Amino acid sequence: MKRMINNISLCEPLYKTLPKKILIKNGMVIDPFSEREYESDILISNGKIEKIAKNIKAEMGCEAIDAKGLYVSHGFFDMHVHLREPGYEQAENFVSGTNAAMAGGVTALAAMANTTPCVDNKFVYNDIKSRVKGLLVDVHQIPAVTIKREGKVIVEMTELAEAGAPAFSDDGSGIQSSETMKGALEYAKMFGTPILVHPEDHSFVEGVMNESLSSTELGMSYIPAIAESINVARDIEIARYVGGTVHFQHVSVKESIELVRKAKKEGLKVTCEVTPHHFSLTDDMVRTFSTDYKMNPPLRTQEDVDAVHKALKDGTIDAIATDHAPHPSEKKNVEFDFAPFGVLGLETMFSAGITYLVRKKKLSLMEFLKKITVNPRKILNLEADLFQKGKTAELVIFDKDKKWKVDRRKLNSLSINTCFHDDTHFGKVLYTINNGKVYKA
Amino acid sequence: MDDTVKGTKLLKTKHLLGIKGMCREDLELILQTSESFKQVLDTPNKKVAALKGVTVVNMFFENSTRTKISFEMAEKRLSADVVNFAASSSSLKKGETLIDTAKNIEAMKIDMVVMRHSTPGAHKMLMDNLNSIIINAGDGAHEHPTQAILDLMSIVQKKPNLKGKRVTLVGDIVHSRVAMSNIHALKLYGAKVQVCGPSTLIPKDIEKMGVEVTYDLDEAIRNSDVMNILRIQLERHVGASFPSLREYHNYWGITNEKLARAKNDILILHPGPMNRGVEIDDDVADGDHQVILDQVLNGVASRMAILYLLSANIGGAK
Repeated sequence: MKRMINNISLCEPLYKTLPKKILIKNGMVIDPFSEREYESDILISNGKIEKIAKNIKAEMGCEAIDAKGLYVSHGFFDMHVHLREPGYEQAENFVSGTNAAMAGGVTALAAMANTTPCVDNKFVYNDIKSRVKGLLVDVHQIPAVTIKREGKVIVEMTELAEAGAPAFSDDGSGIQSSETMKGALEYAKMFGTPILVHPEDHSFVEGVMNESLSSTELGMSYIPAIAESINVARDIEIARYVGGTVHFQHVSVKESIELVRKAKKEGLKVTCEVTPHHFSLTDDMVRTFSTDYKMNPPLRTQEDVDAVHKALKDGTIDAIATDHAPHPSEKKNVEFDFAPFGVLGLETMFSAGITYLVRKKKLSLMEFLKKITVNPRKILNLEADLFQKGKTAELVIFDKDKKWKVDRRKLNSLSINTCFHDDTHFGKVLYTINNGKVYKA
Repeated sequence: MDDTVKGTKLLKTKHLLGIKGMCREDLELILQTSESFKQVLDTPNKKVAALKGVTVVNMFFENSTRTKISFEMAEKRLSADVVNFAASSSSLKKGETLIDTAKNIEAMKIDMVVMRHSTPGAHKMLMDNLNSIIINAGDGAHEHPTQAILDLMSIVQKKPNLKGKRVTLVGDIVHSRVAMSNIHALKLYGAKVQVCGPSTLIPKDIEKMGVEVTYDLDEAIRNSDVMNILRIQLERHVGASFPSLREYHNYWGITNEKLARAKNDILILHPGPMNRGVEIDDDVADGDHQVILDQVLNGVASRMAILYLLSANIGGAK
């Protein structure tokens, strides 16, 4: 039914124009850049931060938001999103995807290039850029590393970097040729742009879930942990050799994490991200046979989840990113083997973090927020110090303790393939503000 | 209902998706009922009216000879109306979905579905979307519960008390639905379960299921009371993890010579179809220890029992 209501033509942006002047009163400002937490008012005028101070007097005609008991933080940045436009708009489009983002407090995101056509040249890149202009959410399109993401010929990186591409990624496929990876890293080094790596060795037989006791009992084809870590190891070697900047996407196994930890200790320019499902769920969920637990990399074991928690805490894992991967229900509601990989993430990134990390004392609120604000922005060389006078007001107001039940029918994405359906979450974003626009829950 | 079968007891399970999660009482009731139906098969008429008016559809999305015939035979011996439907799983991938196919067939008024499918869990999907009784005739390398039940029946006929007895599954465990279902069933009966084969055909962490693992066939032959020899799927193996059928036969093929070191009363099972000269030699396949054709007959009897017992839930499966 959702699809009927929310089809593309009826899909409207959920934001409104921000009043000329708006005063956020008595909120707890939590600034992940300065790592400070203090009670304060924030005055926004013409979409820009005018003042952050206590007891700002409301002028005539100034609207106010009572934020007492609420937190005010940087807008979240999800550095791993599939918006599906162009080419797969029955799953998601720019409007529905950014609606989902703002409902989850995400004011900026990095969109992956596995679209049709693939974003592997300036013309597609610029076309997308022009079409995402003016939204509340800043969409940073990430071009592919190689033409058609085939892992062979690298894209015109200089031109794309000049056009504004903050990084390159063949996400969805691992770059199999070491020669290509070396070339890409070396080339991108010229302009300091990171390569976002989907680490996967495709020479392993294609599987549908993690290789573990669960796959043994379920008789499912499997993806071993080393299908990921082998590529992480290789690309660290290449990064050391050429001196490039590598960011590993959706790391999921303890072996990869250990490799990244060592590389960081060595001083290499290596960062990585983890998805909410990989810090909250294990491959035991596949025993339900629900295709909402089919993703790549697959859900792993409790040991891996424990390693993820430790690595989030000690800083080995820099960022949390969702790998938001919408698929329409007719594609997902089939046999497990035949369903596509991927789950939604934008609307539950924040609440999953509060529920599974902050409330379970794996991370402090500040530590968690850094991983969805400052750190991803820094990895992509974007401005990370958002709470400055005169800067565009890009912030969220949230209730850390608000309890809610995830209901796939109520999500704003065009698709419903969340792995958190019916799960009780804590933490709800009430306002999302950016680019002179406001989303109110 | 025939006098031979007194089916007043009911199964706790409403469908037969797998052995995992079943209780021993259910298995005992099925085996007991199977023995009654086996007697029916020994009568000249071979037939009862137990499922008269019941329509069963056999949906086979993978090739099968034995299982399909066995089910069809069981259904006909119970006087059910039988419809057969065969297609390849990959055709489902392209055309109509499994759910639509199944719902369409159900709309024609059927009561029970027997399905074989390449994907683990396909039966759960069917159960969630249909009102019919679902029986799993094999889902990928996940479960093949009726095979485990007929194997169990064949073992218990010769060795009534399985407690502490060691049963070894030999061969391709990783690609075998028979192995998983057998492990669950045998454990419910208190047997010690061992798997034996080359390391690349033993799935990860299987020992965490409380299963012993050995790569040494000689050791397995010496310590086993029962051996269930699984089929090597000739077409899928040779490659990175399987050097040759020659080597397999030399080290894991069951020969009379190797069996000389076994206990005197060792029982040999094979779920079929056999690759003679690969996992089992002629002299073993036709020898004194095997119960391979008993398994086939027990297959019909136990499938009759399963269909009959589950039919009690027709109309109220949900």
